[in-house]
Amino acid sequence: MRHVVTIGARQFRSYFNGPVAYIVICIVMLTLGFFFWKTFFLFGRASAREMFRWLGLILVFALPALTMGLLAEEKRTGTIELLITMPVTEAQVIVGKFLGVFGLYAVLLAMTIFYPISVSTLGDLDWGPVLSGYVGLLLQGSAILAIGLMASSWTNNQLIALFVALTLSVFFWVLDKFLPLLPTNAASVLEWLSFDYHFQSMARGVIDLRDVLFFVSVTVFALALAFRALESRRWS
Amino acid sequence: MSDVMIEAQGLTKHYGSVTALENATFEVKRGEVVGFLGPNGAGKTTTMKILTCFIAPSSGSARVSGADIFDDPIAVRQAIGYLPENTPLYTEMLVLEYLEYVARMRGLRGAQTNSRIRTVVEEAALGDVIGKSIGELSKGFRQRVGLAQALIHEPPVLILDEPMSGLDPNQAVEIRELIREIGRERTIILSTHNLAEVQVTCGRVLIISQGRIVADDTPEELAARAGKPRFIATLQKNGHSPAQVRDAFSSIESVQSIDGHVGPTAKEIVIELIPKGNQDLRAAIFRAAVAADLVLLGLEQRGENLEDIFRQLTTGNGEGVS
Repeated sequence: MRHVVTIGARQFRSYFNGPVAYIVICIVMLTLGFFFWKTFFLFGRASAREMFRWLGLILVFALPALTMGLLAEEKRTGTIELLITMPVTEAQVIVGKFLGVFGLYAVLLAMTIFYPISVSTLGDLDWGPVLSGYVGLLLQGSAILAIGLMASSWTNNQLIALFVALTLSVFFWVLDKFLPLLPTNAASVLEWLSFDYHFQSMARGVIDLRDVLFFVSVTVFALALAFRALESRRWS
Repeated sequence: MSDVMIEAQGLTKHYGSVTALENATFEVKRGEVVGFLGPNGAGKTTTMKILTCFIAPSSGSARVSGADIFDDPIAVRQAIGYLPENTPLYTEMLVLEYLEYVARMRGLRGAQTNSRIRTVVEEAALGDVIGKSIGELSKGFRQRVGLAQALIHEPPVLILDEPMSGLDPNQAVEIRELIREIGRERTIILSTHNLAEVQVTCGRVLIISQGRIVADDTPEELAARAGKPRFIATLQKNGHSPAQVRDAFSSIESVQSIDGHVGPTAKEIVIELIPKGNQDLRAAIFRAAVAADLVLLGLEQRGENLEDIFRQLTTGNGEGVS
């Protein structure tokens, strides 16, 4: 546990020594502000629904930029060798890395709390859906981050990691967007695999255990594949 | 604990169809400083990566400080301080921050952390750069940070991959001194392709070529084994041609070969003689020069150096020694 925390803390701190984290945070806050206030007064409702709708989408694009370097950059520069030859297991490395980026993501989410607060000054805000919306964002985010870490474990090129992670996260987001065009059976499977489907129900204020389990399973599965990729280095 | 710190048994590593290391067997005892010597791609780095459990061998096994690389990789890694090739460090971190991180990863706690950091900072002379970011440091200082992180948990075994490459001569001398200092109480394996380094730093040399260990001995023994002396005579030119001068020495008995050429200043002729056995030819050369009325300006005896042996062992098929 100590190793996991040490690896995670180092990763978290290193984000603030480079530009990527600042750029991502800026872009997320700016685009969110733009889309949110653009429509907020049209609806004339004191609700944070719109914020979660936009944030869910923006993060699908933004989070892969945070994960792209996690392992790819360590492999490119060779620091992975010093990391792995510390008395740690590959699993500890993967979980530590994941916690490091997840911590940064939590900071990013904490910064958006300004939106529901300002909405609550304009009208009577129901905080229940806000809370469940944040739980949903944390869960969907952890799935995307885990997928990004997995992509980063497959290559030593950050851009390839970014591209793979973006493709996968957009793919899982877009799955339920053209359901009416498909036969019912296929549609229900695709809908169930879609990130946005599970996330939107939480953004409405419903925390369903099945949605939670879905995101947790995706996270664990992606981390397991990242572990496999990191470990396969020994035998190649 | 036994006195054998590193024990490698038939280590073999294939990368696809390429054999990087073939049946490497060797032992390193406590307190030894062993140099891995070989051209690039010979298998030095592969051996080190296997010993640090970064990669697994295709066959064979090894024990470091009593722990098996397959059964207990964590114990192996804990016993080793490792400096990989090119000193990969987190360049965005401050030196102190980085050492604190490594100390925590190595399981040091509280007061122990601070006292160990203070010790390695002193050992590696990092005092002036402790607050700088690693990316700003010169190659020499980065190498010191690399050594400091390898030493922080007082490991009984140090594995250093090309610790002196890419350094200017002054930096190289400093790092060499540091390694020698460290090596007094530790077992060290270091790799290099610089022969002068092994001769001054290492008590024992393993020469690796094309994945095989082709020699395992002290630098002196290796030099002595392959070494026939050569005699180099410098003579005044005085209008003689190298061929004429060479003929003057051909009468000397037990000479295997004579070679002659005009010296660097064009006023001298340099003659190189190799004896058949281990005879000392100096007296005979002097007499032959006098007899032929040549002016002898200089005469020296040179043993074959490690460089020649190295070339002999690593080009061709590695026959001869071992």
